[in-house]
Amino acid sequence: MSRKIYTWVVLAALVVTFVGALALEVARGAFLPGDLALGPFTLGDLLFYGFAALTLAGAGATAFSKNIVYSAVGLLGALTGAGAIYVFLSADFLAVTQLLVYIGGVLVLILFAVMLTNRITEVTVSNVSLGLPSGLALLAATAPVLAFVAIATPWPERTPDPLAPTTRAIGNAFLTGWLLPFELASLVLLATLIGAVIIARKELKADEPDPSLR
Amino acid sequence: MLHVGLQHFLILGALLFSLGLVTVATRRNAVGVLMGVELILNGANVNFVAFNHYVTGGVSGQVFALFVIVLAAAEAAVGLAIVLAVFQSFRSIDVRLADTMRE
Repeated sequence: MSRKIYTWVVLAALVVTFVGALALEVARGAFLPGDLALGPFTLGDLLFYGFAALTLAGAGATAFSKNIVYSAVGLLGALTGAGAIYVFLSADFLAVTQLLVYIGGVLVLILFAVMLTNRITEVTVSNVSLGLPSGLALLAATAPVLAFVAIATPWPERTPDPLAPTTRAIGNAFLTGWLLPFELASLVLLATLIGAVIIARKELKADEPDPSLR
Repeated sequence: MLHVGLQHFLILGALLFSLGLVTVATRRNAVGVLMGVELILNGANVNFVAFNHYVTGGVSGQVFALFVIVLAAAEAAVGLAIVLAVFQSFRSIDVRLADTMRE
């Protein structure tokens, strides 16, 4: 069991390193060799399908795993894959932000919550889902509809710009047109910080002695 | 449909959204529900960035995705604080058991 988790962690670390290196290359101005043909696919296509498979496998593990720790590892795969997908869309800054904020922050927070709220011995029964059939029915009801809309709608597509670093443009956008939302976001984060501390702290009953004074 | 285009990214976002919806709807563990919300937000983000690249150009879609990431981090922090508070009073994070408004 522990060896399995160890293997997963090593795999995830490799993928994280790879995505980071890829984003760095795009930031330097490199682009994927899209014309390198491998059969009917180009190299870029194959990489996309690989990362899409990683994302969906991770999301599937999150949705259907019985063990909440496996769910968290699946979420790691899904978030990493989505970060890699951003690189294909010329969003290098966003990909690195995804790695830093989601994988470095949110996922660690979620793992903390898992460890704080579950007694480790009963971790396998702590993620009981409401029922596989109803979940699969919901999946069968939503996914085909959304996929059909995505395929059938005639989107007003244009020829996409070549992959290029976007950090400068994003910084300019934040400090000109998006300045008000940007500042409001910092206010929201401050309120969140205070609110989370107030909600999560342990309340002392009046008749209990303060444990920190002992 | 072999070469990757806008539709591929949209379908990926749709599947991420659907799986997140299934997670939110079927989990009894509150932390699992929060994981599902993260999946839903990521599906939306993939759509934002895909439309930005293939339809509008510029960076406005990426800016929106960054705001989504910021709010998702805030949501995760507050949500997990609430989960910890619920765990302290109910000794469980099963979402069906937390059914009283006050002790």
